Amino acid sequence: MNRGISYTSAFITLLQRDLKIAVRHRGDIFNPLLFFIIVVTLFPLGIGPEPQILTRVAPGIIWVAALLASMLSLERLFKADYTDGSLEQMLLSPQPLAIMVLAKVLAHWILTGVPLILVSPLLAVLLHLESNSYMALMATLTLGTPVLSLLGAIGVALTVGLRKGGVLLTLLILPLYIPVLIFATSAIDAAGMNLPYDGQLAIIGAMLVGCLIMAPFAIGASLRVSTN
Amino acid sequence: MWKWLNSYADPERSYNLAGKLLPWFACLAIALIGLGTTWGMLYAPMDYQQGDSFRIIYIHVPAASMSMAAYMGMATASFIGLVWQIKAADWAAASIAPIGAVITFIALFTGAAWGKPMWGTWWVWDARLTSELVLLFLYLGVIALYASFEDKVLAARAAGILAIVGVINIPIIKYSVEWWSSLHQPATIKITEKSTMTGDMLYPLLINIFGFGMMIGALTLVRFRAEVLARNGMRPWVRELAKTEAAK
Amino acid sequence: MQFDSFAAFLDMGGYAFFVWLAYGVTFGSLAILIIHSLGQRRKVLIEISKKIIREERLKESRGNK
Repeated sequence: MNRGISYTSAFITLLQRDLKIAVRHRGDIFNPLLFFIIVVTLFPLGIGPEPQILTRVAPGIIWVAALLASMLSLERLFKADYTDGSLEQMLLSPQPLAIMVLAKVLAHWILTGVPLILVSPLLAVLLHLESNSYMALMATLTLGTPVLSLLGAIGVALTVGLRKGGVLLTLLILPLYIPVLIFATSAIDAAGMNLPYDGQLAIIGAMLVGCLIMAPFAIGASLRVSTN
Repeated sequence: MWKWLNSYADPERSYNLAGKLLPWFACLAIALIGLGTTWGMLYAPMDYQQGDSFRIIYIHVPAASMSMAAYMGMATASFIGLVWQIKAADWAAASIAPIGAVITFIALFTGAAWGKPMWGTWWVWDARLTSELVLLFLYLGVIALYASFEDKVLAARAAGILAIVGVINIPIIKYSVEWWSSLHQPATIKITEKSTMTGDMLYPLLINIFGFGMMIGALTLVRFRAEVLARNGMRPWVRELAKTEAAK
Repeated sequence: MQFDSFAAFLDMGGYAFFVWLAYGVTFGSLAILIIHSLGQRRKVLIEISKKIIREERLKESRGNK
């Protein structure tokens, strides 16, 4: 039986397609990023501009804003493909669903996670983050945002067929995000106090590996439910 | 064995079986909770450190331990429903979710009412409290997801996937939260250990734990029966039941 | 019996408010849950019977035409 294209080329094709679509609608990349920046700038206005307080809460603010931004952008992960029917084509194709889902999630992370990581040092400056925490901030975001994308994609896949999935999505995936948040912020805190933080990083890394293995299957199963 | 089990996957038989089991569970639950609570409230000796406020333990601990057990039960039922496509398991999972949510809420609330006189505060971001709160969120997520699908067959599958993902996450959340609170502050407040709990204190607690389990079983059966009827509205035997009920 | 009088039982060694609050909320919420669960079966059956009546009416009106 000729399966057409190999798994690798299916993966790459899908990745390229998603990136191309996103580049054509630039709003999809910039809006979550803008949201992230605006949420972070709201906090100093809300709790006052004292640098000591901001230094203390900066890791938490940046990470919570990153969680919310990633969730907002996730909502669109499967929506367009679902409405125009290409998702169904993907489900019917001979390549395993997990591979294609992984490609889509990777594209999502490149489009929303990477810009977020790049802009975060700037926001850290605004919040007077401890100068020795910058590496930890970048490292936790690099390891943590893919976990957010993978876990979030499960929730998105479950709610993609629903008309009012937005609020529900929050309820479904925010509890799952808690461990990432805890370890990331504690790593940044530890770095701020000149303590080693490789333990926390290792755990986030372990979560990333675990999610990479398990999440695609959960996402695939959820998509099959949603498109039924 | 498999064949015997499958015969109970038939909605009418599982409905009737649930009806037969219900009185046993209900009577046991009422008797055990009645006995355990009366014993605990009236006859258990006073705690030398906490005074009479420790009597909250007789509902707090059963609720807390059963909230987790109920989640495991729900996830197991979801798993069976997803893998072997047994619809009765899906219905059972859907019936456990609201009960588990209420039990979790009770565990949280009684914990708060116990914490206020003992620790001087209703709420601390302690590891156990936080993970119990997250458990409540997971329950609410499952309920909300189940409610938002029109097609309940799909709803059960979606909620089942979420419940199973939650099971994987519960230990992770629990340990992460434990680490987190010990990293942040050198535990100023700790739930007092059950130091030398005498039999007189312990037996009512065990009875109540068992009683709560029976009560969850009974409530699950009640809701399961309603769920079976709701999902099988087109079957003749359900229609017969509906007609007699409407005639009342 | 750990308490000397009924009043002492109600007082709960000075922790009356917290103990009775906890027990009250517990059994209150359990009662709501139980009543809601018990009511569900009847609600479902009534709904189904309403549906049956509606279907029958539809059939009749079709038959009249």
